[in-house]
Amino acid sequence: MTDILTKPTQDTGREGGAETGVFVAPGRPGSLVSLKPRYQNFIGGTWVAPVKGEYMKDVSPVTGEAFCEVARSTKEDVELALDAAHRARKEWGETSLTERAAVLNKIADIIEANIPMLAVAESWENGKPVRETLAADIPLAVDHFRYFAGATRSLEGRTSEIDKDTVAYHFHEPLGVVGQIIPFNFPLLMAAWKIAPALAAGNCTVVKPASPTPWSILKLAELLEDVVPAGVLNIITGPGAEIGKALASSPRIAKIGFTGETTTGRLIMQYAAENLIPSTVELGGKSPNIFFADVMNADDEFLDKAIEGLVLYAFNKGEVCTCPSRALIAESIYDKFMERCLDRIKKIKQGNPLDPTTMIGAQVSTQQMEKITSYVDIGLQEGAQCLIGGSRVRYDGELADGYYFEPTVLKGHNKMRVFQEEIFGPVLAVTTFKDEAEALEIANDTLYGLGAGVWTRDGNLAYRMGRSIQAGRVWTNCYHLYPAGAAFGGYKISGVGRENHQMMLEHYSQTKNLLVSYSTKPLGFF
Amino acid sequence: MNGPRAPERVVATAAAVKAIEGLVAEHGPVMFFQSGGCCDGSLPLCFGEGEFVIGSHDVLLGTIAGCPFYIDHRQYEAWKHTQLILEVADGEPEGFSLGAGRDHHFVIKSRVFDQDELDALRTA
Repeated sequence: MTDILTKPTQDTGREGGAETGVFVAPGRPGSLVSLKPRYQNFIGGTWVAPVKGEYMKDVSPVTGEAFCEVARSTKEDVELALDAAHRARKEWGETSLTERAAVLNKIADIIEANIPMLAVAESWENGKPVRETLAADIPLAVDHFRYFAGATRSLEGRTSEIDKDTVAYHFHEPLGVVGQIIPFNFPLLMAAWKIAPALAAGNCTVVKPASPTPWSILKLAELLEDVVPAGVLNIITGPGAEIGKALASSPRIAKIGFTGETTTGRLIMQYAAENLIPSTVELGGKSPNIFFADVMNADDEFLDKAIEGLVLYAFNKGEVCTCPSRALIAESIYDKFMERCLDRIKKIKQGNPLDPTTMIGAQVSTQQMEKITSYVDIGLQEGAQCLIGGSRVRYDGELADGYYFEPTVLKGHNKMRVFQEEIFGPVLAVTTFKDEAEALEIANDTLYGLGAGVWTRDGNLAYRMGRSIQAGRVWTNCYHLYPAGAAFGGYKISGVGRENHQMMLEHYSQTKNLLVSYSTKPLGFF
Repeated sequence: MNGPRAPERVVATAAAVKAIEGLVAEHGPVMFFQSGGCCDGSLPLCFGEGEFVIGSHDVLLGTIAGCPFYIDHRQYEAWKHTQLILEVADGEPEGFSLGAGRDHHFVIKSRVFDQDELDALRTA
């Protein structure tokens, strides 16, 4: 572990300059990221081959080429991981908060010491620009582990004096072994969101990363082998229909955490119901981003921030469940404001995600590409007007088979399917509103309720809108901030439960009540 | 009065029908549920019959090769002006759905109904 922490982390691993050069792809000479041809499951603190000996290819969306293999696990491997977790469960659950917090802080330190390496791995596997993984994904993962290390120590049980001689003590106790299913859009950060509170609360976990992005978390596990006690953190890779189902429906887990698509969320809750266990499901969204007329009252830094706020739909190539994918713009400023925004969108630099100047990279998979293309097609069929973009981007050379899609803006109305469905790509649906009432009506005219954005110089208006929008988070004069300590989760069909906050510890704990009588007097019934 | 015949709300390409027949031969009867939102959103999810519990408010859009195809009632309201076309594409499914044969998955393409079709659907 000392080696990991003291390993130099200056900007090496680049071609064409230590500060601005393009990072070398994993596994190639000079890369920060070592690569093995094949990865096994991480079970019980060690690397375990899948029982049936099958592997699946992991494709980089940057090039469309497979770059390694990971275990194609089956339900037998799920059982092995659960065995390891159950073996570790008692000791970890009884480990003092001091020690548990220390382990989480060590995880954070190791991730922090390896930010460039993990950022490159994440970018290569997911297609997201390395400037985002360097500045957001990986540092936020660090902070989440530190936050929960602190949060678990400051979480106190409550004591109630029922009457003079009767006291109710409430203790938090670990659930035991939990299952956690991670999405592909922020493979390491979403894993941190789930693993940190589960471990902090004293649980052992079996984690299934998403099928398109199983590898970067295995790179993280390589760093954590000697840090996390064996069996506390287990990672198995494979198809959702096989191991996702086997994990979520297992009678050996005490909770299932899932981030993903809404219908699958329903399936997860159905599996949880079979075993009468709780679930936390963070699901889809179609978040409105509302720009009131007063944002253009001055041509200043705030206006600049608001323009960027609209363009944030292209953050992580739109593969964000809170993507601000519906822009609602006050009719009176629409032409001028949109002109400024389109000008900014034109300046988005697309290309190799490992180039630190690239702003938008590759969609995670060919499936996502197809979906985006079919949505643009249906948007145009419905009469939407394409203001910019709309097509797949083809590059020459190594990127030729990568999955690149232009930042796209479609203008239309809120009943169109492109306004109602999560496209999960860099496609913005834009419409206008006349007044506050209409802005609110359009904002809430959606099945989803995960995120929303409100932009105005009027604090009272911002407050009214924020309280009236049916969404779990309303970013006010900002967007896409994900700090630890701010609760995150959905209204409506965007999910059940909250992450990112100390309250998550309660969602990963049982409440034990000791009801104690300090009186010697019988009740007198018998 | 007999208007034009209402169009199907969900149809399938020949390749999709063939894939379903292959699945049924391998796994027994299957069912579809149209997903919505987030990562695998908007993909048609294929399950063994009965794997996904259908609720009392889900809408049966139609049947494909004898297999039922459902959608959430709220999503139905947002989608009902379009016809869904079940197709097969390369690559394994990313989520909990069964694939459409080896290294393939099901996808949905959509077509907006024309006015005559919408009228026929309304009176059907």
